[in-house]
Amino acid sequence: MSWLPIAEIAAKVQAGELKAVDLVEQALSAIEEKKEYNAIIATTAERARERAAAIDAAVKNGEKIGRLAGVPYIAKDNYLVFGAETTAASNMLKGFTAPYQSTVVERLEAQGAICVAKANLDAFAHGGSTENSDFGVTKNPADPTRVPGGSSGGSAAAVMLDLAPFALGTDTGGSIRQPASFTGSVGYKPTYGLTSRSGVVAMASSTDVMGPMARSVDDAALVFDVLAGSDNLDSTTIERDPQGYSDNLDTSLAGKKVGVVKEYMGEGVDPGVKTQIEAAIDKLKAAGAEITEVSLPSIPLALAVYYIIVPAELSSNLSRHDGQRYQFSYDGAESLDESYTKSRGIGFGNEAKRRIMIGTFVLSSGYYDAYYRRAQIVRTKLINEFNSAFEQVDFLVGPTTPTTAFKIGQNSDDPLQMYMADVMTVGASLAGIPAIVIPAGESEGLPVGLQIMAPGRDDRKLFGVAKATEAIL
Amino acid sequence: MTELTREDVLKLARLARLDLTDEEAEAFRKEMSAILDYVALLNDADVAGLEPTSQVTGLKNVMREDSVIDYGISPEDLLRLAPKSQDGQIKVNRMIG
Repeated sequence: MSWLPIAEIAAKVQAGELKAVDLVEQALSAIEEKKEYNAIIATTAERARERAAAIDAAVKNGEKIGRLAGVPYIAKDNYLVFGAETTAASNMLKGFTAPYQSTVVERLEAQGAICVAKANLDAFAHGGSTENSDFGVTKNPADPTRVPGGSSGGSAAAVMLDLAPFALGTDTGGSIRQPASFTGSVGYKPTYGLTSRSGVVAMASSTDVMGPMARSVDDAALVFDVLAGSDNLDSTTIERDPQGYSDNLDTSLAGKKVGVVKEYMGEGVDPGVKTQIEAAIDKLKAAGAEITEVSLPSIPLALAVYYIIVPAELSSNLSRHDGQRYQFSYDGAESLDESYTKSRGIGFGNEAKRRIMIGTFVLSSGYYDAYYRRAQIVRTKLINEFNSAFEQVDFLVGPTTPTTAFKIGQNSDDPLQMYMADVMTVGASLAGIPAIVIPAGESEGLPVGLQIMAPGRDDRKLFGVAKATEAIL
Repeated sequence: MTELTREDVLKLARLARLDLTDEEAEAFRKEMSAILDYVALLNDADVAGLEPTSQVTGLKNVMREDSVIDYGISPEDLLRLAPKSQDGQIKVNRMIG
């Protein structure tokens, strides 16, 4: 059974026409029925039922609940949430129960949303397929022999399986956008700093963002409007747009300057993907948008920059998992040092260890300048190119991924090949600019997602143009 | 061609406090060599006059009151998360002989 648009659900709960307890049961039974997709790590059933009953009682008392009254949702399992463990899909954190909740989760709850479950991901959000999860791979609802993308693959699959009206994902280099593209959902990666990182398991602190995954731009915009804004608990957050992100958006396409990123449409892009993206661009043109080709010459370097900066930052962030303060700890150690090395050696999975090793290498003395500093400088070059492009156009468009969803197991023995799936998404992450992915048809029965990017802090404009584009695709 | 040696890999593992099996060390040696080879393409980029970017918000010196926020969490709640604790403290292996 599918869900009404989120605004309608909330209005009906507020009016007493829908009961939050029934919505929670609908979500929980869908989760049970669609178990074989392995999108969910655990439910928060007990707490969800309690919250739903409290919301229904408050409605009966005539209280105003909020913009997401009674709306069930699913949080990626790297969000600290009450009512279930927070594992980040890693053995390292199995059994960890959060003592506090993420800021964005608190904001959703303040508006009446109800978390019903935790979604699967690549362990510690390292990956693009959910194959790195210590809880097993998630299957793509469009084709269960294929991956749903990652790292927010469980969240994307959950949305497409109608387990809940929306899910939370996180995006460090494409982890919301690539699974949105692979599954046919809408994924929103905000401007860096617009969503608080407090209470989310850290990956790479200079690019981590929190965002919604949903069935429509309207739903994503409403949820994002609740999430966005500065937070005292994360000093890298920025002020929200005073006009918000969901109401009275500019949805005209006429005269909008849209740049097609030349480097995203060249060699290496699957012809079926390219055809769908070109068709989408033609529709934008027919709707009155001014289409030009734009070049970001350093884009071929973006992946190399990303795979230096991100491992560097995550190797530092993951140092907190030392086997002493919480969760997995090797029991037989004779010394503190052995306890550290064995706890980390056993507790971390293969990909986390590989990335910690790379990060340690590029930050180590003698290599720092050649790798880490070099990558930071090329990052500046890339940002400058995005800035120049946005002097000519309002938005940039292109594919999200070079291919559609690949087969489970196809890329898992070659890390470099797996990293290539991120080639079109890491640019926006390094530049800190917002990007949205919306469904743009299919290639050989598999979803293709159109990626639209905007200048930093133009999230409101991006939602407007995305809504207009969704309507014509 | 960046070719890491087994010693390089074990030294990094030591720095990162990771206990690796022989198989892991050899697999990482090959995979990391390939990844480092790939990222070497940054050496050819023209970056004259450019400064490094470490963050993108442009924020500087974000200040806040140095005050206690009550989360309603007790020290016992946090200690329960630790693998071992004793007398209200986290217990670790002996550090000094």
